[in-house]
Amino acid sequence: MKKDLLSINDLTRDDIYLILDTAEAMREVGERPIKKVPTLRGRTIVNLFYEPSTRTRTSFEIAEKRLSADTLNIAVATSSVLKGETLVDTALNIEAMAPDMIVLRHASSGAGHLLSRICRSRIINAGDGMHEHPTQALLDAFTIREHKKRLDGLKVAIVGDLLHSRVLRSNVLLLTTLGACVWVSGPATLVPRGLDQLGIRVTTSVDEAVVDADVIMMLRIQQERMQGAYFPSIREYFTTFGMTRERVARAKPDVIIMHPGPMNRGVEIASDVADGPYSVILQQVANGVAVRMAVLYLLAGEPEVAD
Amino acid sequence: MGSDLGNSPMGNLSKRERWLLKGGRVVDPVNGRDGAFDLLIDGDRIGRVDRDLLVEGGVSVVEVPAGLVICPGLIDMHVHLREPGQEHKETVATGTAAAVAGGFTAVACMPNTIPVNDNAGVTRFILNKAAEASLARVYPIGAVSRGQQGEQLADIAELKEAGCVAVTDDGRPVATALLMRRALEYTSMYDMPVIDHCEEQTLKGDGVAHEGFHASALGLRGIPAEAESIMALRDIALAELTRGALHIAHMSARQTLDAVRWGKSRGASVTCEVTPHHFVLTDAMLGAPTAYDTNVKMNPPLREAADRDAMLAGLADGSVDVIATDHAPHHYDEKRVEFDHAPFGITGLETAVSLCFDRLVHTGVVSLSRLIELLSVNPARVLRVSGGSLSEGAPADISILAPDMTVTVSAAAMRSKSRNTPFDGWTLRGGVAATIVGGRSVYVDKNAMLGHCG
Repeated sequence: MKKDLLSINDLTRDDIYLILDTAEAMREVGERPIKKVPTLRGRTIVNLFYEPSTRTRTSFEIAEKRLSADTLNIAVATSSVLKGETLVDTALNIEAMAPDMIVLRHASSGAGHLLSRICRSRIINAGDGMHEHPTQALLDAFTIREHKKRLDGLKVAIVGDLLHSRVLRSNVLLLTTLGACVWVSGPATLVPRGLDQLGIRVTTSVDEAVVDADVIMMLRIQQERMQGAYFPSIREYFTTFGMTRERVARAKPDVIIMHPGPMNRGVEIASDVADGPYSVILQQVANGVAVRMAVLYLLAGEPEVAD
Repeated sequence: MGSDLGNSPMGNLSKRERWLLKGGRVVDPVNGRDGAFDLLIDGDRIGRVDRDLLVEGGVSVVEVPAGLVICPGLIDMHVHLREPGQEHKETVATGTAAAVAGGFTAVACMPNTIPVNDNAGVTRFILNKAAEASLARVYPIGAVSRGQQGEQLADIAELKEAGCVAVTDDGRPVATALLMRRALEYTSMYDMPVIDHCEEQTLKGDGVAHEGFHASALGLRGIPAEAESIMALRDIALAELTRGALHIAHMSARQTLDAVRWGKSRGASVTCEVTPHHFVLTDAMLGAPTAYDTNVKMNPPLREAADRDAMLAGLADGSVDVIATDHAPHHYDEKRVEFDHAPFGITGLETAVSLCFDRLVHTGVVSLSRLIELLSVNPARVLRVSGGSLSEGAPADISILAPDMTVTVSAAAMRSKSRNTPFDGWTLRGGVAATIVGGRSVYVDKNAMLGHCG
């Protein structure tokens, strides 16, 4: 594996399977009465978060602690980013204290690439702007494989705000690499240009996207998007793109419903779907810890890379 | 490269009254010359140009090695010199040093200084700094509107009187059609062009890269090509209405070039320029070789291959009038940030000639004579300034170019104060041998003038 995990493109197909297989073993650690192994003892991991995050930061931190790493959380208020210290200076200061890895969440796409060029520490992208969120896609793939035993040949429908979603980009890259047939759907105002060139099917008809789907993955709609006139109202969004039981009925009977969180009930997903039997949303969260343990272990386990 | 004149064949030229450039290929499209001519420089003027001029007494002779090209001084009509106000990026002195090293005898500088060049005081300050530096000629460009705020016209007659050759709100495009109409009407009294950075602000939004596949894949907010072409269409229509002279700056989109062709076909007074980076690079640079390299963030952004190819076609067929660099120096700290937060722009003065030879002349896109039109004849015409020809009696502003020189671009070795170029490390064929402004040699590459190219 490469030094850093910035994008799913940094991983080969074999790397992805190695991570998923390693995550199976890591999940077992979480089922023990003493949920801790000494694998990363003596390693220092900094969770550098420039955006508020509960789920991802907690998930990384639990993963790090279960591997016995020394962890440190730095939360930087977004508002101070522009007037305060630059990202590069902050990173160089952290570097001076010789951590082994930096887990970075940042509002700007490519922030991890910038750190990757100046840091000796390994950089793990925990979400950069509208670009990628690779560990989310890995945990999604892990969850799909758990239920479907494979990814190859599955129809996966991804529905919602395609333009601003880093979860979408990572999932498209990962799922197409593993041979899934990916359909994406959202309002025309939220479909980025040239998306079809990624080897996926793009449609503004959510009903078409979910037909015979094995997996339906919902993307969060941020309510502030309404100010950008991307869609007229929450109500209209829900009626045209919201995941309802009627729409789920168009998919395969054993369809699973996924959501990266945090959910907006009644906006992109009906409550009875989110809480329904086909929902695997909380399993995604549970699997996130195992998958992040696998990523941390595999990156840390590599021999030191000379710069 | 270097300008140490000590042992060079043009060693003490600045002290000489009359000197003769002998040999070399003279390319002077305005006078229909392209071939082996000798050129006599008489003080600060061009004396005579003819075949095999006799060497008279008191005339020093500089043998120009075969293969070099003697042409009217190149003029870069779109440069940010950053002074006053942002001297950490560039000064008039460093910017004009970069210009002459890049073969330019004159530059026109944009008004977005701090304070804005919207009054005679700033214009005179810039001209004083240029006189102190005494390298390239500097033609200030004034603001269209006071403070570039897009509300009230700047004191354009006063700017003209102080030495401004054009007006523009470059970088802060004139948002309302009404103010642009007034600007075109008003400048028509003074025969000054309005230079137009075309960008419809609501479509541009907070975009940072061309809206297309690469920006989508990298999660960068897009700027559609239409943000540029829509304003170009609006302003061409206004140029027709007002009979003002409109110059479309740094075209990037094929739609904009089509708009210019449409305007020209209708007889509107419209001209246009394209930058080397827009005819060399595409938005694929956003992802590779270095993903999110802030040195490929510029405004207008790098567009698609189809746009780059359209610019090449426009250069070849005559639709494009001018090549200008949009030299936009930024301090390395300012560029060493997240892509979203980095300022737009790259330097251009010291790479333009090499890129033009390598990508336009040696590939057969344009002839050498057409290149001189694009870099010298036409910018002089658009700005209504002297230059652009080697006519007898004209100011002796002369560039000596080395079409076969092998140049490896080195950002660290540049004269500009800033290093923000995406071309660092590129090897290109074509360079600059010497630059002469007003009869004084202000830049000499000794090796090239001794005939050691390559």
